[in-house]
Amino acid sequence: MLKKMNIVDHVLVPKHEVLSPGEAAKILKELGIKPHQLPWIKASDPVIVAINAKPGDIVRIIRKSPTAGKTIVYRYVVPG
Amino acid sequence: MSTGKKIKAIKFGILSPEDIRRISVTTIITSDTYDEDGMPIEGGLMDRRLGILEPGQRCPICGNFMSECPGHFGHLELARPVVHVGFIKIIHNLLRAVCRSCGRLLINPRSMKRYLKLLKKLEENWPVLAERLNVHILKKAMKTMTCPHCGERQYKIRLEKPTTFYEERKEGIVRLTPIEVRSRLEKIPDEDVKLVGIDPDHSRPEWMILTVLPVPPIAVRPSILLESGVRAEDDLTHKLVDIVRINERLKENIEAGAPQLIIEDLWELLQYHVTTYFDNEVPGIPPAKHRSGRPLRTLAQRLKGKEGRFRGHLSGKRVDFSARTVISPDPNLSINEVGVPLDIAKILTIPERVAPWNIEELRRYVVNGPEKWPGANYIVRPDGRRVDLRFVKDRKALAETLAPGFVVERHLKDGDIVLFNRQPSLHRMSIMAHAVKVLPGRTFRLNLTVCPPYNADFDGDEMNLHVPQTEEARAEARILMLVQNQILSPRYGGPIIGGLQDYISGAYLLTSKATLLEKRLASDLLATAKYDDALPEPVILSPKVYWTGKQLISLFLPPKLNYSLKANICQKCAVCVKEQCPHDAFVVIRRGRLLAGVFDKKSIGAQVPESVLHRIIKDFGTDAARIFIDNTFRMFTCFLEYRGFTMTLDDVEVPAEATMRIREILEDAYDRVAKLIDAYKKGELEPIPGRTLEETLEMRIMEVLAEARDSAGEVAAEYLYKFNNAYIMARAGARGNILNLTQMAATLGQQSVRGQRITRGYKDRTLPHFKPGDLSAAARGFVERSFKDGLNPIEMFFHAAGGREGLVDTAVRTSQSGYMQRRLINALQDIRVEYDGTVRLTTGDIVQFAYGEDGVDPAKSDHGKPVNIDKVIERVLGHKAVI
Repeated sequence: MLKKMNIVDHVLVPKHEVLSPGEAAKILKELGIKPHQLPWIKASDPVIVAINAKPGDIVRIIRKSPTAGKTIVYRYVVPG
Repeated sequence: MSTGKKIKAIKFGILSPEDIRRISVTTIITSDTYDEDGMPIEGGLMDRRLGILEPGQRCPICGNFMSECPGHFGHLELARPVVHVGFIKIIHNLLRAVCRSCGRLLINPRSMKRYLKLLKKLEENWPVLAERLNVHILKKAMKTMTCPHCGERQYKIRLEKPTTFYEERKEGIVRLTPIEVRSRLEKIPDEDVKLVGIDPDHSRPEWMILTVLPVPPIAVRPSILLESGVRAEDDLTHKLVDIVRINERLKENIEAGAPQLIIEDLWELLQYHVTTYFDNEVPGIPPAKHRSGRPLRTLAQRLKGKEGRFRGHLSGKRVDFSARTVISPDPNLSINEVGVPLDIAKILTIPERVAPWNIEELRRYVVNGPEKWPGANYIVRPDGRRVDLRFVKDRKALAETLAPGFVVERHLKDGDIVLFNRQPSLHRMSIMAHAVKVLPGRTFRLNLTVCPPYNADFDGDEMNLHVPQTEEARAEARILMLVQNQILSPRYGGPIIGGLQDYISGAYLLTSKATLLEKRLASDLLATAKYDDALPEPVILSPKVYWTGKQLISLFLPPKLNYSLKANICQKCAVCVKEQCPHDAFVVIRRGRLLAGVFDKKSIGAQVPESVLHRIIKDFGTDAARIFIDNTFRMFTCFLEYRGFTMTLDDVEVPAEATMRIREILEDAYDRVAKLIDAYKKGELEPIPGRTLEETLEMRIMEVLAEARDSAGEVAAEYLYKFNNAYIMARAGARGNILNLTQMAATLGQQSVRGQRITRGYKDRTLPHFKPGDLSAAARGFVERSFKDGLNPIEMFFHAAGGREGLVDTAVRTSQSGYMQRRLINALQDIRVEYDGTVRLTTGDIVQFAYGEDGVDPAKSDHGKPVNIDKVIERVLGHKAVI
């Protein structure tokens, strides 16, 4: 029987973190957009479930990139 | 002029029967169109109130003349309702989702309330999700088989393509007439309609069943007068006549109390005509045909496809100020120029406003008139009146009246900026701005180095030319689209414009160590390259003065250029001795002087990144690059012309000894193939894991033969003279490769179709010259001879079979990739990189947070990387970093 593991610990899962309302507002102001203009991620996405983010949250994802080395992107959590 | 109004939104709905009657100016009552005198009949399909035909007449409805009157709709009262094909799927879904007796949506009242609330919320915040909810509700309702409102049992409703519905009741299958369908749709309450995503205010479901048919104005379906005086009606009119005629008959029969069967037949026929009136390509029914057998072009066909209203007229338009003709090469033009035939320059014009500083010049053009170049074709007076110079008798007098404020439409002259294009326009370099050079002749002339971006050659290619008509357009074209600003391709971060073919051969020969130039030749070469300074010190003083090609090239390299690279002729030695390369294949440029190495494809080639040319553009700008390409490339061809460059049969001639060795290699390969076949027949062959025995045999044979071809080629290459012209072209990368040479000198090798040896043809054999089941090399398309030897008929047949595959592939690939490109462009056309580096849609929605995640423009990158650190160090230190 395989040990049940937390998917966020897997090497292929990039780091996801929920932004605090203050941070979120700052990011949105920087980009000059409303939350729904960010790319979306479903609340049912396994990582979103694992980090306990709720619809309406903004998530920061830090991942490796073949062109830039490291890249930071944001996702808006939507119901579903 | 403009009222400053803006369209905020567009809403589509369905016309209700009342709407149709309201917009209608007349009801159509007869299928006859004209009376005996040829006058339109009132209440017919060509009724004058639907729009007027001849110029000069006034519209009886709006009182306008023909050009102002848009025409007016009429209507036709259908004797029985019919289904609209365009809505058939929605009708089917609704029928399945609503109760057959009470007409409510098959969702229990509690969830319905919940859904209604949720939907309201979603519509405000998540319009995309609202659509999804609608689909979900519809799906759920269609699955319910008992009505939660009245308890009525539901039945399956089947759609018989294209327009008939059947209900599968337990007593048997019953056809639902459009009347029944309509009454069911009528019963659905507005609330329920909203739940499935339809707006009942603008589109009630029952309006999808037609009881009244709108008859479009005559402007939509104009009749044309043929030369014989006969009137030919539009396809739509023909179709409408059919509908009206059947409708009349149906009405008469119903009124006369005809048997049910006859009425149903006519009703069905009416449905057919109305269906094909909307869409004549509905699957399941024969398309309505013209008397000649040509299918009618009805409403859907007018909109659909490449020649339809959208793609043919709204997205695509024809333009003025353009020209098209055959292209031909001119190496003496700059890459920024295009040669325009005199005849074309006299037709294309540029509007130039008269001002004190150009009045004299423009007067000259006016005096020259439309026939003599450089002249002018029109004058536009300040009051907007146009004067056609073709019909002015005294142009001299007219020229004198010219004053500031006039506009002269003058001929195209040297230096004007035009856009030059070759289809298919697959990337942005397919349309570039060129400076005009008016030349005699009938073809557009262009520099050979701009062939790759256009993908052009001179086997009859034609190209288009467009003349921008405003200063803004010309400035934009000159700054953004000029050829020299397009040298770097965003496709792979390297120059797409550069040396090709003879330029590379010429550069190689000129820079080769063996080339020494006398004073006369050196001066000639520099003169063609427009060098106007003193000759440098010759490298050899005695017994005669000589210059090297490397010296001459160095005169054109930017003085601060430091660079080194391996040339195309590099032999890929195990240990590279760099500057001491015995083949002169290591290019070293220090302080703008070519110290070692030859210039070939790797240094000046088109579509080669990290070349000397690439370095020049990146470090010294596009002007430097253009001057380098224009001047030195002319020098290369000039040297080639002086030296002479051709290819002869001798270039691929190998001595008898080599022929013997090649024969031996091939004989040996045949033996090994025979052994393999033998082993296979005896069942001794070991299959490769995952392959059948037959596949194994084929693979082993192909391996043996490929190896034989390669080693035969190596033998031939060994004996070929390294400095004959054919070999030089292959090594310098000008044209062809070593494989091509060995195919000429040694053996052609295995011909293949779909990566396999050739097996097709007769049963168990390729040609009747072989025994059935013969698996030997010769019987399966191995061509032993070389092009120089000549192929025997059987070999020639195999070669043709292999060659045909290539042709078919290109034909198939172009059509497929063309369509792929179309879909891709349509999907991506509105995406752009904003000033903050993010990639966004027009709505401001973010696609990428930094373009390509690193924000690097590939055209300005070093072959994809933001900076090439090694080269920066080399430039600064003047030599490679030692770590």
